[in-house]
Amino acid sequence: MKPRDFDMPDADVAWCPGCGNLAILRSLKTALAELEILPQDLVFVSGIGQAGKLPHYIRGNVFNGLHGRSLSPATGIKAANPELTVIDVSGDGCMYGEGGNHFIHTIRRNPDMTNLVHNNMVYGLTKGQASPTSQIDFNTPLQVDGVFLEPFNPLAVAIALDASFVARAFSGDRKQTIEILKAAIKHKGYALVDIFQPCVTFNKVNTRNWFKEHTYYLEEDHDPSDRNQAFQRATETGEYPLGIFYTNPHKKTFEENLSVYYEEKTPLFQRKVDIQKIKALIETKR
Amino acid sequence: MVFLSEKEDISLVLCGEAGQGIQTVEAILAHAIKQSGYHIFSTKEYMSRVRGGQNSTEIRISSHRVASYVNRIDILLALSSGAIKHLEDRISGDTLIIGDPEHLKTVKEEGIFQEHGLNTDNFIEIPLMESAQEIGGLIFANVIAAGFISSILNIPKEIFDGLISDMFTRKGAQILENDLKAGEAGYQIGRELMESKSEIIQVSLSGQSEVRDELLMNGTDAVGFGCLAGKCRFMSSYPMTPSTPLQSFLASNAHEFEMIYEQAEDEIAAINMALGASYAGARSIVATSGSGFALMGEAVGLAGMIETPLVIYIAQRPGPAVGLPTRTSQEDLNLALYSGPGEFPRIIFAPGKLEDAFILTQKAFNLAEKYQIPVFILTDQYFVDCYYNLSSLPLEDVENENYLVKTAPDYQRYLITHDGITPQGIPGYGDGLVVVDSDEHDEEGHITENLDLRTQMVDKRLKKLEQIKEDVVSPELVGPENYQELVVGWGSTYWPIREALENLLQRNEEKKISFLHFKQVYPFHKSVAEYLERAEDVIIFENNAQGQLANLIKLETGFEIQERVLKYNGMPFSVEEVEENLKRFTSIENVDTSGAEEVSK
Repeated sequence: MKPRDFDMPDADVAWCPGCGNLAILRSLKTALAELEILPQDLVFVSGIGQAGKLPHYIRGNVFNGLHGRSLSPATGIKAANPELTVIDVSGDGCMYGEGGNHFIHTIRRNPDMTNLVHNNMVYGLTKGQASPTSQIDFNTPLQVDGVFLEPFNPLAVAIALDASFVARAFSGDRKQTIEILKAAIKHKGYALVDIFQPCVTFNKVNTRNWFKEHTYYLEEDHDPSDRNQAFQRATETGEYPLGIFYTNPHKKTFEENLSVYYEEKTPLFQRKVDIQKIKALIETKR
Repeated sequence: MVFLSEKEDISLVLCGEAGQGIQTVEAILAHAIKQSGYHIFSTKEYMSRVRGGQNSTEIRISSHRVASYVNRIDILLALSSGAIKHLEDRISGDTLIIGDPEHLKTVKEEGIFQEHGLNTDNFIEIPLMESAQEIGGLIFANVIAAGFISSILNIPKEIFDGLISDMFTRKGAQILENDLKAGEAGYQIGRELMESKSEIIQVSLSGQSEVRDELLMNGTDAVGFGCLAGKCRFMSSYPMTPSTPLQSFLASNAHEFEMIYEQAEDEIAAINMALGASYAGARSIVATSGSGFALMGEAVGLAGMIETPLVIYIAQRPGPAVGLPTRTSQEDLNLALYSGPGEFPRIIFAPGKLEDAFILTQKAFNLAEKYQIPVFILTDQYFVDCYYNLSSLPLEDVENENYLVKTAPDYQRYLITHDGITPQGIPGYGDGLVVVDSDEHDEEGHITENLDLRTQMVDKRLKKLEQIKEDVVSPELVGPENYQELVVGWGSTYWPIREALENLLQRNEEKKISFLHFKQVYPFHKSVAEYLERAEDVIIFENNAQGQLANLIKLETGFEIQERVLKYNGMPFSVEEVEENLKRFTSIENVDTSGAEEVSK
């Protein structure tokens, strides 16, 4: 398959020129083409925000739901039909702010899905307010004295919860991003990819160059099965490591834990209802 | 004074503290009564606590069919010192009060019950605690009590022992043996009492063998069976009284009936998860109560916008906010009706009978899928906790249409059609793509700000209402068509109103008064306005403070119901209470007021 198999030629893209989202979209198309996943077998789930619009610009099934809630329908979709490849596309505000509770509990639930979080450390769609990952002293029209809340550390939280796959990418490095995306999509279980991206309009501090200068890749000998080490690396600030921090391939997925799939793998919509069985159950009330 | 004599219908109330095992007594007695051929009804009222407080269960044992709460108490079994005080308002000179000497001591000493017309004959002391200690501890008091009651109701001992075995065998031979002993001790106390007091206590109930083979279930069971029959595959919910029992029902039947139950982190996740499952083709439901449902409001709008089927079960309790967690109400009609931003169609059912709860729940799943809308089932604490016997559930009426389509490559999820309904495709079934968006969208499902298209999409969604009207369930008219006076109710008030009306008509045969019960409260059936206008006078009973259905009727039909009997203290309407209000309404002379409550207007 080719990346263009995922093109949506008529899409009216609402992102600014130079937006990190454009690079992420291209990387995602390449990763999916290389993995040979058909658009019909894919479901993109998103909430609200600039990242949440991505599913409209790529071929696939789409559930673009409510702000902060994307992981919940994504979980429901995968549970109802495990044959689908589910990719949740969200932003730092949607996922870590409005959806924080779902972020925590979805990690615990471990559905087999990929969770991409476009992290530009600012709110784009609502025009420049602080996001949960905005850095200290970041000035905005609402945070007039600068941000003083501790920035949310999604990787450390995910590793603390023993998420089964935790990675960070930078949109400006497409080659590495494609590799990380492929690993995340192939991974069985919940996979978080926090993706640094510049917001060219509302974040004049964490620019493309800033990300370039403040990131580096984890060493080749980094052992992603070492959770303590992974946690320590996730807490590094100032210079931010990129790459796959942590994986735990031994966890059972949410779907594997569901009794409906113990013996039969068919999606729920294909199953029949047995009135005789219901009748027998009702008879127990006599 | 002779107690219970010639009574064809006995109201027994068990009262004690949370944690004393009253529910075990209720379970044993309910089955024992039915197996003995008596009709049975039971309802409980309880406090929101795990230990202590005062909880009570009413069990009606009757020679004829019974399905509603009565205020009067014929036998009060007091299992705690506070029990009598707790039920003071329902006790009369006809009430037989039975309990351990320890639990009767205070009230007898204080003599506060002379005002209720009680004398020493009303009190029967039985050595519950002493007998329990002899068998091995106070824990056995509940089974002794059950044995005692069974004995005075002439329930055959084999039936009782059989039930004890069913219930306790899995707990081990020693526990079973002790519980059988406890039952025997209870029977013995009962036999001795009936011999020694044969002058003043006489039970004359008659059983019928057909009743033995009837079904015995509660409102939750009926809704639960409806979920199975409606092909429910997915429930995600957050525990909240009184919706939790339905969640347990689905969870405990998940293996056998190939369903998923997931306890979500909150109600917001629950409903969004269910919408995801539904989008992928699994018939889905969420169960909650008032405040929990308030959290779901945003996603009700999402269901409307993305036209994705969903059944929403709201077991009502008094609000606002946490309100009275374990009590009953009909306060959330407005909440269900107006939940979610924007405008889109919905259906709201409110069953009053077990059969209706079953068939309407099944129908809810079908209609949700047919019209791709949220369909609500409103019950309440009273309805879900009530047990009674019935002959069968209408399984033969179950029809499940399959509305899902296999998509073609050019599939458009929101293709504008003549009736507003676009066949629903699901991801992974066919060659098309299924795109849904909470933003306003084009026919393909992609985000749009084209304002002409916006108008067309609103029209498309609302157009479904015209079709929905064809499927509206008509209200049920109980009584003659040529009525002069009409009583209106909805949901769980069905049986109390019906029984009260029947009582009234028995003594006033000339009265032309009928009862119109709404089992669908939105949208209304086309017959509603005519039913109302035909009456000379209309009265409505609702378990809320504002007359939410009456107001909706005014809004939808222009008909104003002046007479409103509204009860919102957390308790259901009793038969007596309805009867009193109906007597006043129909200007029937009040001859006998014993046991009846004051008019609660």
